[in-house]
Amino acid sequence: MNKVISNADEAIRDIKDGMTLMLGGFGLCGIPENCINALVKKGTKDLTCISNNAGVDDFGIGLLLQKNQVKKMISSYVGENAEFERQLLSGELEVELIPQGTLATRCMAAGYGMPAIFTPAGVGTEVAKGKEIRNFNGKDYLMEMAFEADFAIVKAWKGDTMGNLIYKSTARNFNPLMAMGGKVTIAEVEELVPAGDLDPDQIHTPGIYVHRIFEGKNYEKRIEQRTVRSDNSK
Amino acid sequence: MLDKTGIAKRIAKEVKDGMYVNLGIGIPTLVANYIPEGLNVVLQSENGLLGMGPFPFEGEEDADLINAGKQTITTLPGSSIFDSALSFGMIRAGKVDLTILGAMEVSENGDIANWKIPGKMVKGMGGAMDLVASAKNIIVAMQQVNKHGESKLLKTCSLPLTGVKCVKKIVTELGVYEVKDHAFHLLERAKGVSIQQIKDATLGHLIIQGEIPEMEF
Repeated sequence: MNKVISNADEAIRDIKDGMTLMLGGFGLCGIPENCINALVKKGTKDLTCISNNAGVDDFGIGLLLQKNQVKKMISSYVGENAEFERQLLSGELEVELIPQGTLATRCMAAGYGMPAIFTPAGVGTEVAKGKEIRNFNGKDYLMEMAFEADFAIVKAWKGDTMGNLIYKSTARNFNPLMAMGGKVTIAEVEELVPAGDLDPDQIHTPGIYVHRIFEGKNYEKRIEQRTVRSDNSK
Repeated sequence: MLDKTGIAKRIAKEVKDGMYVNLGIGIPTLVANYIPEGLNVVLQSENGLLGMGPFPFEGEEDADLINAGKQTITTLPGSSIFDSALSFGMIRAGKVDLTILGAMEVSENGDIANWKIPGKMVKGMGGAMDLVASAKNIIVAMQQVNKHGESKLLKTCSLPLTGVKCVKKIVTELGVYEVKDHAFHLLERAKGVSIQQIKDATLGHLIIQGEIPEMEF
């Protein structure tokens, strides 16, 4: 049950043009930097990317957008990326904007083996167009389908050789949900350890969901909004 | 007339002891600075944190610890961290007591628009649609008139909706309004603001009953 592979290039070797990918992270926090860079290098095209955000112009998924590798984005918020907005308004890029909780839960549903979920988010708005509405206990809910993704690419803090994953802090976000949701799940981790080194009680993603794991390198971990308070003790 | 800080200070008075509160981006974020000391309030950040603390000191920023506005933050004693599905699970299940968010438009029946200007702004709704669809108590922080002097308290919203019949209370630079029975009910006015100013800045149905006190905070 050894899931270890050598690097990002090997991890993405069979991702083909036109495939659908889930990419973990919230903003630039907890994004799979190594695999994104490998996809940019490989030049895989016409990708459909399910990801909460679209990176910034020169980092994260923004790098894929710059090289016109993305056909469609499925996201909840894309405000920090000027190139994205340009491609969208010019019609080069297809975009489906969906509520953040709906996005998360559609990933989760895929990993839980549930075909659809019901949520009140978007009732009465353009998000509801063409969707089945069911009334439960006097309140309307939209039926939202589980995602189907060829690959999920996630970033974790620690992982072991059997694919068990632990995330750090708010870099967890969508990562465990997407890890569950892909037909093939790739995990890049900051620290790869032998099976047995991680406490089973602390595992966030059980290895059964993870197909390939490798220790990433040169993490930049860019901060999008660096906010600090003054240190009164100084 | 209130500035953004004034709006935030007035909204902070709505925060009560023991509440779990979600603060949106913009003016709502400022509310955290004015929650009275001594209140036990837990701030939820929808990217997966309960117990959001203040910004870190310089040099202590952690790229892995941010809020929903992508700002570096800190945790507090008793904080917890979870994934995005659980985060919206607790929102959907009504566990979050108070949601404070910004708006571009609100209608007299409580509809809110704050995520899209067709052909112009396409940033997305983020978590706003989930929040307004489920929150028990929604307060909107907003400017009542736009830069062209046009009212943003309307009969019906002109922009794509974020949610329907959900806004309970609005705090603007001019006043505090309760939204019920298809009308904006004026509760308080900002210091020095006249009833006429408020009428001029409200396009939807406005109800003014009795003496309207000035805001205090």
